[in-house]
Amino acid sequence: MRLSYPAAVKIIQVPCTGRVDILHLLNSIEDGADGVYVAGCLEGECHYRDGNLKAKRKVEYVKRILTELGIEPDRVQMYNLSSAQGARFAEIAAEMVETVKKLGPTPVKKGTAA
Amino acid sequence: MIVADRKSLEEILAMVENNKKILILGCKGCVTVCNVGGLKEVEILASSIRIARKKSGKDIDIDINVLERQCDREYVAGIKDTVGDYEAVISLACGVGPQFLSEMYTDQTFYPGVNTTFFGGATEHGVWEERCAGCGTCAIHLFGGLCPVARCAKSLLHGPCGGSSDGRCEVNKDTECIWDTIVRKKMEQGRLEDLMGVRGPKDWQTARDGGPRRSIREELIQGNI
Repeated sequence: MRLSYPAAVKIIQVPCTGRVDILHLLNSIEDGADGVYVAGCLEGECHYRDGNLKAKRKVEYVKRILTELGIEPDRVQMYNLSSAQGARFAEIAAEMVETVKKLGPTPVKKGTAA
Repeated sequence: MIVADRKSLEEILAMVENNKKILILGCKGCVTVCNVGGLKEVEILASSIRIARKKSGKDIDIDINVLERQCDREYVAGIKDTVGDYEAVISLACGVGPQFLSEMYTDQTFYPGVNTTFFGGATEHGVWEERCAGCGTCAIHLFGGLCPVARCAKSLLHGPCGGSSDGRCEVNKDTECIWDTIVRKKMEQGRLEDLMGVRGPKDWQTARDGGPRRSIREELIQGNI
């Protein structure tokens, strides 16, 4: 298909979004990512039964933590799409980049770690 | 188990506001089982604090550790060589943990990272309910295996009271009236007469009313068993 998606997106592959942990998402924000999203299978279509639903709950949990910390929860998102939806994948990447651009750079400043 | 809830991040951040190097100390006992103070929660809290401090531009160095139990001195002693390296320590154990730590390391500051709530169990994933009040004189067998001391808002030994409505407690409609349940169970068993007797006043001296309690097991002190 040779679809293009924004170069700002760095992809980390996992066998199932059920593998994504709260700490993966938090550590991304901690390390200065402006946003992080999880792209899982369509709800009800998980090959491992409910990995994507678990990921959804973890994303919600991280959103709550960010809200508590005064950081925009929209910096963390969950998307669902099928592996056959290449065009949708590119569309989601552009959508997320647009969301993050509107929010501006992360308030979690790089290089201040002890 | 002892059940606890984590304090708000706002409260925890205020505790360590002026500290630059802290330790977050979890416990592998009850608080690990109720998902509030085990390794995962320690890591999440550490990351959350680091994010908040990076956001405010104030560096913080956080180490983490999880003790087997914070309510046993032999395990608390496990951090004796490093505890002095920190400006403060956040304990995610129940209220016993920060006290055992404070008693052993008198120069260090220990902050409670959780609010200890009750003795209970999980009724479903993510839901814990109180089952025991630790009154020191267990009599649940007299009430069909259901404790009115812990589960009745008034700790009545003869119930239900007039505030019972459709099996719910007047204090909170989400709370079952345990006396309604006790009576129904006894009726189903055909043993309602078990509840007909008048019980004498409960001796509350074994509960908190007698002051802080102590349990002494002579045979263990003597080392015979």
